[in-house]
Amino acid sequence: MKSKFIASLLLGTALTVAGGGLASAGDKTVKIGALSDQSGLYSDLGGPGSTLATQMAIEDSGLAGKGWKIDVITGDHQNKPDIGTSIARQWFDVDKVDIIVDVPNSGVALAVNNVVKEKNGVYINSGAATSDLTNAQCSPNTVHWTYDTYMLAHTTGQALVKAGGTSWFFLTADYAFGAALERDTTAVVTANGGKVIGGVKHPLNTSDFSSFLLQAQSSGAKVIGLANAGGDTTNSIKQAAEFGITKGGQKLAALLLFLTDVKSIGLDIAQGLNFTETFYWDMNDQTRAFSDRFAKRMKNGAPPTMVQAGVYAGLMHYFKALEALGENPHDGVKVVDKMKSIPTEDALFGKGEIQPNGRTIHTAYLFEVKKPSESKGPWDLYKLVGSVPGDQAFTPLDKSACALLKK
Amino acid sequence: MQALYAQLLVGLINGSFYALLSLGLAVIFGMLNIINFAHGALYMMGAFCAYFLLNLGGINYWLALLLAPIIVGAFGMVLERTMLQWLAGLDHLYGLLLTFGLALIIQGVFQNFFGSSGLPYAIPEQLRGGMNLGFMFLPIYRGWVVIFSLVICLATWFLIERTRLGAYLRAATENPTLVRAFGINVPRMITLTYGLGVGLAALAGVLSAPINQVRPLMGENIIIVVFAVVVIGGMGSIMGSIITGFALGVIEGLTKYFYPEASNTVVFVLMVLVLLVKPTGLTGRAA
Repeated sequence: MKSKFIASLLLGTALTVAGGGLASAGDKTVKIGALSDQSGLYSDLGGPGSTLATQMAIEDSGLAGKGWKIDVITGDHQNKPDIGTSIARQWFDVDKVDIIVDVPNSGVALAVNNVVKEKNGVYINSGAATSDLTNAQCSPNTVHWTYDTYMLAHTTGQALVKAGGTSWFFLTADYAFGAALERDTTAVVTANGGKVIGGVKHPLNTSDFSSFLLQAQSSGAKVIGLANAGGDTTNSIKQAAEFGITKGGQKLAALLLFLTDVKSIGLDIAQGLNFTETFYWDMNDQTRAFSDRFAKRMKNGAPPTMVQAGVYAGLMHYFKALEALGENPHDGVKVVDKMKSIPTEDALFGKGEIQPNGRTIHTAYLFEVKKPSESKGPWDLYKLVGSVPGDQAFTPLDKSACALLKK
Repeated sequence: MQALYAQLLVGLINGSFYALLSLGLAVIFGMLNIINFAHGALYMMGAFCAYFLLNLGGINYWLALLLAPIIVGAFGMVLERTMLQWLAGLDHLYGLLLTFGLALIIQGVFQNFFGSSGLPYAIPEQLRGGMNLGFMFLPIYRGWVVIFSLVICLATWFLIERTRLGAYLRAATENPTLVRAFGINVPRMITLTYGLGVGLAALAGVLSAPINQVRPLMGENIIIVVFAVVVIGGMGSIMGSIITGFALGVIEGLTKYFYPEASNTVVFVLMVLVLLVKPTGLTGRAA
């Protein structure tokens, strides 16, 4: 009850601020802030690649030719919520930024979410996983584009339980994201008749997982759920292979795995892992064409991850809304409402929609990592094994705790 | 109880890395009086060196164990000749700032080219698989790491504390002018010592390449822990840093078992306690 009260209070504040925003005149200038982990463990899945995706979205929108002036600034939140919020505040107050994109790391993402709401900006989050962004902590200024913990739990998690993985042990990154992913997956496991028999919380950015893996091994759980991401996941998987965990009959559930992670583990060890993403570069002609253009401009020639693709697609949709409005009203709620009123359709994620709670829904794909013999190129890493329609993969609206839905 | 044995062993494995790295730091600090903050970056270079030797030159792990420390050690000697030697006799702070800056530059350059996710490096053929010890499954490679680093640590200790060359070195730290008067080339000896310390870091890097990802930031976190190890063991004490390295690995391993959330901080809590009780470290003498 109390959280609902606070949420509605915040909503009220946001609406008041929004009212104030309406007074300022619209024009055709836009300033985008790409906030990401530019140098740490998430910088390969977001970071400079997300900045490139932002630039490509601006170019592909063609708005410059129609008299619009669009600028980008980038920031490095270093995976620290205090740094993230102070950058966001400075961007809104001093640099007059209209929209913040990307923001991997759920802890930072939730903190920035509050700032964007307070300043009535637009927030298209692609990098963070926590489903809280469109649930208890949802905001009228936020669109959560690419994926979330609910989706990961209801695709990879559910598939594993149904395949007989009835007892789970979690290795969880000890911050907002890990907690959310463990919570959402636990719900799926128990709902499907399985049980969680233990878990450890490890600090973010751990290099040695052997102690934790030994605990997971001796627990006897059928599935070891990796509720972590980036470098933490790659190290867990690599070291699990070393300790003979999969050979002993236990299954690893890589709940969140990105293209760059698979590349970095190498197919030898990663082969056969099942996981879920909403975008892969080699899906169809359109994704391949985009990825080619993208990879040519990346320093290491890497195709986009789903986070970077989400930054691009989210911004394309934002530009669509701006064009429909005819000008930039510099009013976050108004623009996000417009974004929600237009169905999403783009080259990378296909058709979908933005729900009233800010959640973008689109098809989620189940992938399996290829065997080394099946891979035909350095980035030919996945094969598609199934897909789940957006309305089944993401939180159903009647289960969402978002205050925006209870108007 | 079984789980406890396993954790002790795993702690010993991590302790091997701490011991090798803190040993290099202790050698450099003891002989050159330089707080070498670039140690983590040089450790990372060792791992990258092994990766390049394998993927560009087709040179296997075993040769990399020998070559990478030599290559990175030579790089270290260049650093010493061109930069560090000018700081001799100045306050420690200058050396610390210079090497810290170097570490940031080296890491930045590697990150610019290789990103942050890292590159895969396979465990050598001969050391794959594992054995069942009854209380745990021990990957053979990890066992190898413990034994190999123990041998290297003891050999280094012997070299410095028990041989004539080591005696020269120690004398040169005490009174360089006097040692020079005996016709010994002190600056060259100092350069070689720095090379040795750096070589140890690179060796640890090669050892860790198959376990961890070969990542530009792999040295960034470990170096802070290793500094704590050196401080606890007593700055500049060779045996002190070896023993503390292994011991802290074990303590950290136990923390991971009993209270995993604190596993990143336990070493620093210990450091604070040791500094409060014995500011020179466990085996250190008052300066």
